[in-house]
Amino acid sequence: MAFEIVERVGGQTTDLIAGFGDFCTFAGRTFTWLFAGAFRARTWRLLLPQFYEVGVRSVPVVGVVGAFIGMVMAVETYSQFAAIGQESRLGSIINLSVVKQIGPVLAAVMLAGRVGGALAAELGTMRVTEQIDAMRVMGSDPIQYLVVPRFLACVLLTPILTAYSDVLGIAGGWLISVPFFHIPNNAYLYYSTHGGVDTWQVMEGIIKGFFFGGAIGLISCYKGFHSGAGASGVGRACTESFVASFIAIIIINFVFADVSKDLYVAIWGNRSIFG
Amino acid sequence: MSLIEFRKVSKQFGRQVVLNGVDLNIDEGKCIVILGASGSGKSVMLKHMVGLLRPDSGEVWYDGQRIDNLPEKKLSELRTQFGFLFQMGALFDSMNVFDNVAFPIVQHTDKNPEEIREIVEQKLRMVGLRDVDKKMPAELSGGQRKRVALARAIALDPRVIVYDEPTTGLDPIRSDVINHLIIKLQRELKVTSVVVTHDMHSALKVADRIVMLHEGKLIFDGTAEDIRNSDDPIVQRFVNGEAGDEELAGLRETPMK
Repeated sequence: MAFEIVERVGGQTTDLIAGFGDFCTFAGRTFTWLFAGAFRARTWRLLLPQFYEVGVRSVPVVGVVGAFIGMVMAVETYSQFAAIGQESRLGSIINLSVVKQIGPVLAAVMLAGRVGGALAAELGTMRVTEQIDAMRVMGSDPIQYLVVPRFLACVLLTPILTAYSDVLGIAGGWLISVPFFHIPNNAYLYYSTHGGVDTWQVMEGIIKGFFFGGAIGLISCYKGFHSGAGASGVGRACTESFVASFIAIIIINFVFADVSKDLYVAIWGNRSIFG
Repeated sequence: MSLIEFRKVSKQFGRQVVLNGVDLNIDEGKCIVILGASGSGKSVMLKHMVGLLRPDSGEVWYDGQRIDNLPEKKLSELRTQFGFLFQMGALFDSMNVFDNVAFPIVQHTDKNPEEIREIVEQKLRMVGLRDVDKKMPAELSGGQRKRVALARAIALDPRVIVYDEPTTGLDPIRSDVINHLIIKLQRELKVTSVVVTHDMHSALKVADRIVMLHEGKLIFDGTAEDIRNSDDPIVQRFVNGEAGDEELAGLRETPMK
């Protein structure tokens, strides 16, 4: 009995490590092809449809989520700030939250669901119907042809969608604070720009987007490529791709927050938004 | 000298031994049929020929070169000499028929669009299709899809055409069209054909040589005439399509009522 448990734990651990090794090989091959093909017209021709799929078609959903989050932030925080007579500073807290955390993370999570699921399903179906094998048999590398453009589209467009989500989040916060809660517009805007939100904070969120996008692209393509047989295999690949992307986003976000905080304090010292 | 050679090739998936020390020489310009029951490892053999799978032990040779240990990049170059017809066609469903057939040409040659169009139309004519180039794979019938896949397989004028169960899922008449196509391509393009099937009718019609795979080993090697006259009981049952005691045992044990 005890041996069985040890055996099972050991087996699962080696599977996990082997899986991670596979993933690293996959990522390595993607980067090799990425640099090998970066200057070829063919790579860029394949990229445009992916830009449309990943970027353009995500605009509505990322926008809606961004705007509503800004609005919710205003609704939830207004009464607390008003109680201490600091409601005019609402702009700084809403905007800071939006550009540093909520904008980038929620945009990435939406993309992990919308794009990651679609990528895993598409590539998984191609795997199951032997289309990926067919590509290899015809002497083309499916990583170069299928993965690189999808990965690049995710990496390059997630930061742009993050910025877009930021803008709508800020607009949503303003929409509730100024017209509804009657915070004076001048004060709201003054604290929005002078209360802690600076280029550093905005850039932190946007740079995070590159890493989030990279994680979503690689994980979803990997899961699709290694999809099990049949409809259930593809379904599982989609679910796993979303869950793994989500976890990766949350972990990358923590690492970023920690590193960025230390860097910021080292350069400028600890600045309070109530200063 | 033989074009493709298997030397003691073994392959195992989990605990299941699929190929058990298979030796096989395939001569250039001939049509060889690999027979075997479903799940007997025929497709696995085909995938070893083009390096989609690598053997656990043994060697695979092509044109005097060992290929089972080549890196993927070298294999990619080599694979352009093969045309592979997948069981379900494996057409790219995001592309129309024209783009599917043009795919290998665009990937591996520097031909201009005019030349590509000409080649694609010629290949589609060879498999007897017209006016389908704008259609998507989902709009085609099963037989048409296989023929488009065949047109794509011969797009780069391969030396070897590999057919994975070319007649499965087609009615007898569509199946016979595919049989004639295999013979026609064999004759006109002077290619080496490797056909994997469990369709006896098709095998007897197209084969210069037939081998049969059973439980990981080749148990028969000869001509169509030889296989009809074989006295091996397993081969005989396969040729005549009769289940043996072993296959029927399960039915007897569970009465219907």
